[in-house]
Amino acid sequence: MAVTSGRGERVKRPLSPHLQIYSPLINMVMSIIHRITGGALYFGSLLLAWWLIAAAMGPDAYNYFLGVCDTWLGKIVLLGYTWILMHHMMGGLRHFIWDSGRGYDLETVDILSWGSLAASLTLTAIVWLCVAMGVA
Amino acid sequence: MTTMRTPLKKVRYLGSAKEGADHFWKQRVTAVANVFLGIFLVWLIVSLLGADYATAKQKLGHPLIAIPLLGLILSGTVHMRIGMQVIIEDYVHEEGLKVVALMLNTFFAVAIALASVFSILKLSFGA
Repeated sequence: MAVTSGRGERVKRPLSPHLQIYSPLINMVMSIIHRITGGALYFGSLLLAWWLIAAAMGPDAYNYFLGVCDTWLGKIVLLGYTWILMHHMMGGLRHFIWDSGRGYDLETVDILSWGSLAASLTLTAIVWLCVAMGVA
Repeated sequence: MTTMRTPLKKVRYLGSAKEGADHFWKQRVTAVANVFLGIFLVWLIVSLLGADYATAKQKLGHPLIAIPLLGLILSGTVHMRIGMQVIIEDYVHEEGLKVVALMLNTFFAVAIALASVFSILKLSFGA
């Protein structure tokens, strides 16, 4: 329902500033990434369901799934999946701290935002080191 | 401060959506569960690398594996359904499209949950 001036053109009203106006602060970037990683995990659940369905169907379906995971593209997706899961998890933990009403001074906000990124990258590295070394 | 809210409205504190903080709370409860169950999933997948089908099947069907895995599926699909609902409500403004998107969101989450739960139960109870 566009508001018009009655002469066929849209009234040009001042708009409140939006994303493109602000310089990207780290907490804002992490907030956006939290939503994007959440969306990615939503569709990533297809991969988890595929894995379980393949296991329930039998050796052929299961081995086919493993074969797909073993390709370069498959490995890149799984590496990305690991980081996305870890990052969304760390973002969630950051939000728990904020939910409790703590950590709202600017310095702490920055530390928590950078910290969640550092933690997610570290955890991803640890998981893939375990994979590389055959631990667990 | 004067308020237009009636005392009863204030006691119920459910707002115009009549759901109060229910949505918020469910998202937090499933998030806490997902932290633990998500770590469990990563461990499970890493531990199954290089395993053949028989080993994987046996492990996925073991009660101590299958039960937390079922927990993850239920908690995860509830969490992702609520999360996507918020994203849809934020970005889809056309009413008809929004209703369709919200419905598809529920169908998707339920389909993932059903397929996964069925598969885990099949692995657990044999055949």
